Amino acid sequence: MKTVKVTINVNNEKIKLQVKPYETLLETLRERLALTGAKEACSLGSCGSCTVLLNGTPVRSCLILTPEVDGASITTIEGLKEDGKLHPLQEAFMEKGAVQCGFCTSGMIMTAKGLLNRNKKPSRAEIIKSISSNICRCTGYKKIVEAVEEASKKMA
Amino acid sequence: MDNLKVVGKKIPKIDAPLKATGAALYIQDVKIPGMLHGKILYSQYPHARIIKLDTSKAEKLPGVRAVVTAKDMPPNFRIGIMKDNPPLKSGKVLSIRDEIAAVAATTPEIAEEALSLIEVEYEELPGIFDPLEAMKEGAMLIHEEAKSNILKMPWRLICGDVEKAKQESAYIVEDTFSTQWVTHCCLGTSGCVAHFDMHNNLTMYSNTQIPSLAQNDFVEALNAFGLKNRRVRIIQAVIGGGFGSKLDTYAYEYIAILLALKTRKPVKIIFTREEEFFATSPRQCTITKISHGCDKDGRLTFRDVEMVLDNGAYTSWGATTPSVMMLPISSLYKVPNVRYIAKCVYTNNTYCQAMRGYGNPQATFAIESSLDQLAEKAGIDPLELRRINANEPGEITPQRFKITSCGMKECIEEVYKRLNWKEKRGKDNGRGVGMASLIHVGGGARVYKSDGCGTIIKMDDFGKVDVFTGASDIGQGSDTVIAQIVAEVIGIPIEDVNVINNDTDICPWDVGVHASRTTFVAGNAALGAARKIREQILEAAGKILDEDPADLDIKDGMVFSTKNKEKSTPLGKALRKIHYTLGGKMLMAEYFYDPANENFDKEFKGNLSVSYAYGAHGVEVEVDRETGKVKILNYVAAHDVGKAINPLLLEGQIYGGGLQGIGYALGEKMVYQNGRLMNGNFLDYKIPTAKDVPPIQPVIVETDEKDGPFGAKGIGEPGLVPTAPAIANAIYDAIGVRIKDLPITPEKILAALKAKDK
Ligand code: FES
Ligand code: FES
Repeated sequence: MKTVKVTINVNNEKIKLQVKPYETLLETLRERLALTGAKEACSLGSCGSCTVLLNGTPVRSCLILTPEVDGASITTIEGLKEDGKLHPLQEAFMEKGAVQCGFCTSGMIMTAKGLLNRNKKPSRAEIIKSISSNICRCTGYKKIVEAVEEASKKMA
Repeated sequence: MDNLKVVGKKIPKIDAPLKATGAALYIQDVKIPGMLHGKILYSQYPHARIIKLDTSKAEKLPGVRAVVTAKDMPPNFRIGIMKDNPPLKSGKVLSIRDEIAAVAATTPEIAEEALSLIEVEYEELPGIFDPLEAMKEGAMLIHEEAKSNILKMPWRLICGDVEKAKQESAYIVEDTFSTQWVTHCCLGTSGCVAHFDMHNNLTMYSNTQIPSLAQNDFVEALNAFGLKNRRVRIIQAVIGGGFGSKLDTYAYEYIAILLALKTRKPVKIIFTREEEFFATSPRQCTITKISHGCDKDGRLTFRDVEMVLDNGAYTSWGATTPSVMMLPISSLYKVPNVRYIAKCVYTNNTYCQAMRGYGNPQATFAIESSLDQLAEKAGIDPLELRRINANEPGEITPQRFKITSCGMKECIEEVYKRLNWKEKRGKDNGRGVGMASLIHVGGGARVYKSDGCGTIIKMDDFGKVDVFTGASDIGQGSDTVIAQIVAEVIGIPIEDVNVINNDTDICPWDVGVHASRTTFVAGNAALGAARKIREQILEAAGKILDEDPADLDIKDGMVFSTKNKEKSTPLGKALRKIHYTLGGKMLMAEYFYDPANENFDKEFKGNLSVSYAYGAHGVEVEVDRETGKVKILNYVAAHDVGKAINPLLLEGQIYGGGLQGIGYALGEKMVYQNGRLMNGNFLDYKIPTAKDVPPIQPVIVETDEKDGPFGAKGIGEPGLVPTAPAIANAIYDAIGVRIKDLPITPEKILAALKAKDK
């Protein structure tokens, strides 16, 4: 089968890969790199559980083909720790009860991280707007919003 | 109870670190060396005869390891509670989700491609998609061997004398209400990996809610395959949402087993989102004719309910939801005379299953909408009518439920106060308030032969505890609740408790995570085992410290004498002493808790649950008369939970359940046209997002249930039971129109306003 050479920086590590021309970034991360934190819940771009950061901006990895992101930097939930410590968003999601089944959690956290990257002190309305791109069936969102607020406070 | 250290505290879920770091492994993440990927071919028609099925091209595709059809399944093997569902169909297909062939291949893509090479020819047949049509005399039979499309299930409850009560009532109302199909939308789709060892013992990686019953089902399946006396082991991956969807075993699981058997390799089947929509079983739609009466003082005299449920083409637990609908129908408020007759009807639609609430949301929508109508007719404030008829502790209801703790009145008062009911009601200004209450099982539910759960506790050499429980955590947090209970009883920090819940080879039996039973039943099982192990520890430590065990206590992992504080030892040290001695021992304890509830008798009477959960929801809405849009301004969700073991997780159940209820009330609907699902994706089937969250105030009412662990009752399902009628009632108060058919869409509101103006 024809393959394409790509070099991507994943969680601060430069990785050279041969991928299928139609391979999604989600598949590359999950199947080739064993980074299974990003989840597939729709593969149509409509749920957000596959969200990762592409050069710091949240994207739906199920909609992106790996060959398209040659040379880019990708951050996944597995790369969110800083100095071996959990990211404040991760801490806040745990403490505030923003996690139930957890299937949406990676995507929610990465979406929130993208928001905090561009807006250090988002208002409640901005948080709601940002995470409303993602679906959670368990929590009713309330505690997710609280967790993002808490993390942004801690990071200030 | 006052100096509780762990129970009653807002403790984060013990599995949250795994999930917040992306390390939790779901069924999607399970990989086994040599694993193949299975895919299923579904029917193209909701009702058709299969004229030709040719798999030869698919078999020749490189990478394909097996192609199976009905002829590879044991001939008379059927699944479903009425044993009416062959996992692979031949001859005729009865619904659009009928499985007719499946493939195992080295990659999912090859499996997919192989499906497209299977040649099928159909002769399309006319279908029946309306349960009322299907019930008619002479209607085409969905299952030719059955005499009627009405399932042979005698759902019929009679308490007192409804006819007589009708004669004697001062006010009577009657109306018809209907509800739609909605689906669970677990974010983690369905899936499994089936794996046989060299002796034909089966290991099933699964996300089931019923490991023990699934084990039983698969043992039966292996028998049917001629593999007698084999072992089945269920290992659950982390479960990406349940809500009742995984309460049964499904065709895809038997197909995976068949493919694994044929190929001698592990076979994984994971549903796509599209499959999750059309090939899993939704909450059934219902048509409910209900009438209610009261005397001149507003005391309820009777409730008379007739219901038709669209069962779809095969049976699953959905067909038994009338057994739980009986609970609110007979016992929500004090009603002396009750009649309930329900018919589940086969159609060529998708077949239905349990979904959070198990029929209760549909029944409560009809009851609570009708009660508002009755209040209006009797000229009584609707909240007042509910006060007058509220359930009370000590009551024995007409269906013979023994009400122990009951905080219904307190919940209603919370709604009254927090909604500012008196001020806000009857303003006729586009804003209005409404309320509805709920009753649900809160102390297990004996729907199976056993309602039990087992727990084993093992102490290690370091003062830490392994707890093996039968109870499955589907995200609600039962592991955490169990760990809290064990930590509290023994006297150790929660960090020292490890809960293992996912392997039938090592965990004891449990009937499954359903009926809001886990905190109550698994909690009591954990409590029993923890008490036993504590006794053993104190006994052994008494010898080491030369003290009477009765004078010993454990706190923060230290065993000490309450008389002489000098005498103490770290728990781990004591355990090592007990272990590493001539004739030493390891401390272990087990406990099986099966609540003292009753199966229904032939008349569907009996004390189904040891205790009952209550609640009341109140809503303030604003309705835009131009657009028909409903905005929720305030939402009060008051719940009698007995005791909040973990208020953080409890609120999570109320917020999460409440929002599912709001979706049910105001938007979610599976649109089926002639047996085909028209909106099977997240863009067209809209579940609420963060933008749709109204201000919800959870109110926790504690009534200290005597039989509950630390006084607790169940809360898994109640959060969405009264939501839809509370909203419908508020809309009526706001604009004077009543929507009797869920979901309440802007189009329906506008149409109703138009009809009213005429
Ligand atoms: S899996 Fe990518 S958005 Fe749903
Ligand atoms: S926690 Fe289950 S989907 Fe969000």
